[in-house]
Formats: sequence, C-alpha cells, structure tokens
Amino acid sequence: MITYWECLRGIVLREWLRFVQQRSRFFSALVRPLLWLVVFAAGFRAALGIAIIEPYETYITYETYIVPGLTCMILLFNGMQGSLSMVYDREMGSMRVLLTSPLPRSFLLASKLVATALISLLQVYAFLAIAWFYGVQPPLLGLLVALPALLLVALLLSALGLLLSNGIRQLENFAGVMNFVIFPMFFLSSALYPLWKMREASEWLYWICAINPFSYAVELVRHALYLRLAPTALLVCLSLTLLFSVLAVISFNPQHAALRRSA
Amino acid sequence: MGGGGYAMNALEVADVAFAYGERKALDGVNFTAAKGRFTALLGPNGAGKSTLIALLTRLYDLQQGQISIAGFSLRDAPRKALVRLGVVFQQSTLDLDLTVEQNLRYHAALHGMPRQVASERIELELQRQQLSERRRSKVRELNGGHRRRVEIARALLHRPDLLLLDEASAGLDPASRQALNQHVRMLCQERGMSVLWTTHLLDEVRADDDLLVLNRGRLVAQGRAATLVAEGEDLAASFARLTGNDGQSSVSDAGDAPPQRGATPFAVEPASTDTIMPEPRGDAAQHTSAPPVSGRNRS
Repeated sequence: MITYWECLRGIVLREWLRFVQQRSRFFSALVRPLLWLVVFAAGFRAALGIAIIEPYETYITYETYIVPGLTCMILLFNGMQGSLSMVYDREMGSMRVLLTSPLPRSFLLASKLVATALISLLQVYAFLAIAWFYGVQPPLLGLLVALPALLLVALLLSALGLLLSNGIRQLENFAGVMNFVIFPMFFLSSALYPLWKMREASEWLYWICAINPFSYAVELVRHALYLRLAPTALLVCLSLTLLFSVLAVISFNPQHAALRRSA
Repeated sequence: MGGGGYAMNALEVADVAFAYGERKALDGVNFTAAKGRFTALLGPNGAGKSTLIALLTRLYDLQQGQISIAGFSLRDAPRKALVRLGVVFQQSTLDLDLTVEQNLRYHAALHGMPRQVASERIELELQRQQLSERRRSKVRELNGGHRRRVEIARALLHRPDLLLLDEASAGLDPASRQALNQHVRMLCQERGMSVLWTTHLLDEVRADDDLLVLNRGRLVAQGRAATLVAEGEDLAASFARLTGNDGQSSVSDAGDAPPQRGATPFAVEPASTDTIMPEPRGDAAQHTSAPPVSGRNRS
C-alpha cells in the first residue's frame, strides 16, 4: 500500500513541480475564462435575460449564470492540455520512465489523471476567487461543497483527453482533433446559455446540448456551488468517468502507436 | 524460465519474435546475458535493437517467446522482472525543467520507494556518479555527459540486477562517450552489475566482452567478442561478414584502414557527427577497428 501511495504522491508532486515551473500556463488558463466573464458576459448581460431556474432562487445576472460553465471550461482545457502533454511525453520519450515502473500500468495512468485533475482544481479556485471579487458570490459553503463535483468533472475530462490522445499518432494532429472536441463540447452545452433558451432558438440544437456530457458536468458544478444536488448529472458524470477511464487505460499501449506508424 | 528468483543469467531471451504487421522485426531471437558480465549487443540500424529493447522493458507486449530478467518472466511476473531492471534509453527521458534530485525522486516514487530510503539512495548514487554538487541544478543546465550520468544514477536507484543501456553513448562527444563506456564497465567490475549495452559502434566493444550480433531481426553471432573474429580479420571485417553488409555502407571499408574519420562499420546512416568522430587524441585507425579485439587470443 505504501508503494502505491508513494507512487501516486510522486506523480502528483511532479505535475505540481512542472506546473510551478510553467507560471504562464497558470495565467493563460485564467485569462480565457476571465475574458468571457468580464468582456463577453458584460455584452450579453443586457441582451440575455435569465429566468429563475434551478438551482437559483431568484433572478441572477448573466455573469452569475456563466461562472459554473467557465469553471468547467478551465477543467476542459486543462484536461485536454493534460492529454496533449501525454502525447508530447510519448513522442519525447519521457513516458517511458513512467511505463517501465513495475507498478500496474492502469494505476500509473490513473495516478496521472488524478495529478492532472488536482492541478486543474487550483486554477478553478483561483478563478472562483477572482470571480468572487468581481461580484459573483455563491454561498461560501458552496465553494467547499463543489470540491468533489469539480474533482469528478476534472477526472472525467482528463480521462476523455487521455482517451483521445491514445488515438493521436503525432503531436501535430492534436490541434485539429481538439478543435472538433473542445469547441463543440463547450458551445453546445449549458455553459453559456440555459437549455430552455437554446430550445427557443432550435429544437435540434437543444437536443444536442441536452445529451452533451459537458452539460451534465456544468449542471453538476452549478448545483453544487449553490448547495444543491443534481442526481442525474452526478450519475452521468460518474458513469462516464468510469467508462472513459477504463477505455483510456485499455487503449493506452505504446505498441499500438508503433504498429499504426508502421502500417 | 520464469518462475523463480534464482537464476544464473541476468537475462534470458528465448525464441522471441515480433512483427509490425507483416514486417518481421525480430525472428526467433535466443540469447542469455550472464550475471556480472558486460554484454554488448551490436547491430546496424534497423537490425531490431530498438524493438528488442521495447520488449525487454515491456513497452511492447511479447508476441512470441519468453523473456526473463533475473529468473522472473516478463510475461508471468512482470512486476518482479521490472524491479530487477534498470534502463537508460537512447533518447534522454529526463525532465529538463526539474532538478537532478527531483528527477531521481520521481523515479524513486515510480518504484514505490519510501521517502527515507529514496533520500539515502539518492545521496549515495549522486556521490558515486560524482553529481552531488549538481543535485539542485536543472537538468537543462547539464551537459550531455552529466545527463547520462544522471540517467545511470536513476537507473541504479532501485538496485537492479541488470542495467540496460540502449545506445547510451549516442549524441555524446567522443571523450564523454569513452568516459561513459569506462564508467559502465567500472560498475560491472566493482559492483558486479550485469550490463547489456546496445550499440552500433564497434569501438565500444572489447575483446573480453560477451557479444551478440543482431542483423535483420536475427541473432547472427554470439560469444566472447575475441572468439567471433575469424583468422586474418579484425572486428570490423568480421561484423561486415556476419551481417552481410558489405558494399552497402561503410561496412565495405570496415576491414581496411579507417575509411573515414570515425566511420563505423555498422552505421548505414551515420547517427551524428558526435557519435562517429574519433577521440581527439586517439588514432583513427584504432578507433574504428576496435583495437582491444584485435588481440583475439587473449580470452
């Protein structure tokens, strides 16, 4: 047991050290959602009225509405960036150090996912702190209650990123794939607009948003921040985290990449 | 093969074959590496060395055959086998933005080493590799030779039975290359470490090394290096003969006086200027024709 603990600790510590070394990564991760919060939301506030919807008990500003979506946006980008670094590590060879460890490969990959998720959480709470001073103030207890929800979503998106990275042959292919994943996932979700609003615009768009896993992630976080439980969202997120993790571990095999290259 | 922990050989490879789709990379490879010996695995580019290394380190799954490290089968008891293997890959696998010590700690963690034990071993290995003063330096700041030493320190941290070095001298200047080769031999002699050293450079082989020659996925020769050299040949000519590589590369020149400065009989394509240039103070002829082996009757 100590062996596994030390291994997990070591992998998390390495991710932390790499994160500390790359301060620009921290700031760039914050700039993106802050631009949405301060610039985009300011413009939309006037145009978009938000009715009283779960989990809010009263009318809210548009900024308040999109903060949960923006926290998930941080997790989405970090999850994908984590998988990008996996592809990079694989190409550069440093992944070999991890894979020649005597511990089970599934445990090593799970540890890597946990490490990526924990680093993402730091950025999320930095964003929530800035949003707080900007005027978006969920209950203080909500910030604590949201922690497990945020961790689950971070794991879900990291596992999805790892799964996608397994199918990528080269680093150069990654950007293209991400454009087909990050942007559709984010925009076709409840992160920026309530689903009923989307339904007013288009029925089929509504259904795409409704089945988008990212919508469930956003709603889970939104409800947790306001001390509510969203059971369906929780179930969907748990199931998909498990599914993506298992698929990612099964499909992770450097041999497959070599065989594909050879073919 | 495969069951117990007691073994006469540090490494046993039995009937190993591997194919990338239709293309065979290894075909029925059999050999052993004895405990406490320096075993050189020679082969031209494309011989199958990298595939073999990937199999030995379990990066690839075995398609056919068996591999045992210190008596433990890589297929049946991978964890026990990998614990006994230290690896230095051809391509540096150090994290450039972390310090020497942080890199070593990461490796210790991957082997589940308790912190106290890791600290003691890191201290010891840094001293042995003469890197103590560099412990807080970022790897990025180190030269190629020092980086290789860090990788060796890292590979030895978990006290493996077998140290595997995959073209570890690639990219080093001649002096560093020679120093590294010397250093690993010293590990072998002083610590009884078993070493498998893969290379395509003849001058890294000595007459009394155990030698394996891999060509086009097959093991074409194995034995004490000196005994593989035929009467009237030098090592370069012998390997050109064994690998049938004459006329297609610098192998054709191998038996002659050095064809060009530092050209290697096995290098179909020169890896880099660094790896093939002779020692600055050495004789080019000595460098390429592997002088230690010329005294083939020594062993």
